[in-house]
Amino acid sequence: MSLITVKDLSLGYESKAIIEHLNFEINEGDYLCIVGENGSGKTTLMKTLLHLKAPLAGEILFSDGLNANEIGYLPQQTVVQKDFPASVKEIVLSGCQGRTGLRPFYTKKEKKLAMDNMKLLNILPLKECCYRELSGGQQQRVLLARALCATRKMLLLDEPVSGLDPGVTLQMYELIRELNSVKITIVMISHDISTAVKYASHIFHIGEEIFFGTTQEYMKSEVGQFFLQYDETASS
Amino acid sequence: MMSGIISLFIQYPFARYALIVGILIALCSSLLGVTLVLKRFSFIGDGLSHVAFGAIAIASVLNLTNQMLIVLPVTILCAILLLRTGQNTKIRGDASIAMISVGALAFGYLLLHLFPTSSNLSGDVCSTLFGSYSILTLTSQEVWICVILSVLVIAFFILFYNKIFSVTFDETFSQAVGVRAGWYNLMIAVVIAVIIVLAMNLVGSLLISALVIFPALSAMRIFKSFRKVTICSVVISVICALAGILISVAVSTPVGSTIVAVDVAVFGICCAAGALKK
Repeated sequence: MSLITVKDLSLGYESKAIIEHLNFEINEGDYLCIVGENGSGKTTLMKTLLHLKAPLAGEILFSDGLNANEIGYLPQQTVVQKDFPASVKEIVLSGCQGRTGLRPFYTKKEKKLAMDNMKLLNILPLKECCYRELSGGQQQRVLLARALCATRKMLLLDEPVSGLDPGVTLQMYELIRELNSVKITIVMISHDISTAVKYASHIFHIGEEIFFGTTQEYMKSEVGQFFLQYDETASS
Repeated sequence: MMSGIISLFIQYPFARYALIVGILIALCSSLLGVTLVLKRFSFIGDGLSHVAFGAIAIASVLNLTNQMLIVLPVTILCAILLLRTGQNTKIRGDASIAMISVGALAFGYLLLHLFPTSSNLSGDVCSTLFGSYSILTLTSQEVWICVILSVLVIAFFILFYNKIFSVTFDETFSQAVGVRAGWYNLMIAVVIAVIIVLAMNLVGSLLISALVIFPALSAMRIFKSFRKVTICSVVISVICALAGILISVAVSTPVGSTIVAVDVAVFGICCAAGALKK
């Protein structure tokens, strides 16, 4: 079943289009990686999917089972967060914000949900700790737990491993794979094409040439082969 | 001497008014301080207070008895403009704050000079800028306005505490889950304007920023969760205001600058305590 259908979408800033005439579908349980160079419009695409930016043309259709505010989002970290005095518990709980509407306080059920998600991501012992004193990997887990409070269906991750060291990066990828295996649809922006190919079920390559398809198709395609080769020579 | 001061506060209504208003203002101004500091808006208080000064100048030239009528709307309008333009314009946030604040200050002083309403111009200007003794000359009407506005500010903060936290910590995320972040930013701007107009009575327009940011910064040295930082900054702010008012009465110093001096001292103590804790 398709969760999101994108029809003839154009996006960009003001009236200048970066990408035009996009058509694709995201199905339940997919693991979609969006790859491409800096400035190619990856984050803009994600923000448009989240309804944070209006598309220049075209439309984004959500299936009946999904509301726009039921998508868990893991944004890139901001400068403000680096010295923010907040406990892990407070931040994770703020993920329930989409459920509260105008109700000012959290219910017991929402607090339990936050607890469960902290347990799931192994950060329960840190719940009273201050966010700014955690390591990069722990911070990302906190933000991931917050995103899970907002959704059980779909996660949008904007470069979840940027700034993490290799060991922690691997853990993060494994964690995301586990979440995907319990039917949570993943849409992830990544710089790293070789890992994207390893984990994702679908690849969306934005650049001069646009490619959308399954990972197998991507590896056979011209653009895919070119970038994979380039990636290998760069890493070896 | 202490008993003398206490009997003074019991005997004279103006002293009681000063104490009530001082505590309420200190409480309100510290509530949003944490948000302002974290959102990098520390200087907005300063900018807006200059705007309020300009508005007061207009009000006194027009000879209005209740200056609040013109000062409050003008300040709120400027607060909204400043927060709006901070997002995407040709003039960046800090530049626009500097521009509006200095402009309003100059314009206000010019007006007062062109249409003097009393013989003691520099005395008037000085008391508007530094608060001096205006807190000891409040009428009961002004006290009521202050009480009502404070209750509104406190109610707003408690009801929207979780939303304010969410919008302050991560605006993009809260927007993505459906919180109307733009609306809350606007409300925060309005509330800041209200607080600043209130606080002008206590510390005068040049010292308001101190009242807003010092308690928050002090609390952030010691505590590590948003809730604790907020509560602590309220407590610090109220204690400092209380101590400042009492000291100023005892040794007859200007109220505003005494309160700010106490705030600075407490900030120093909190810095030391924070360093020791590590």
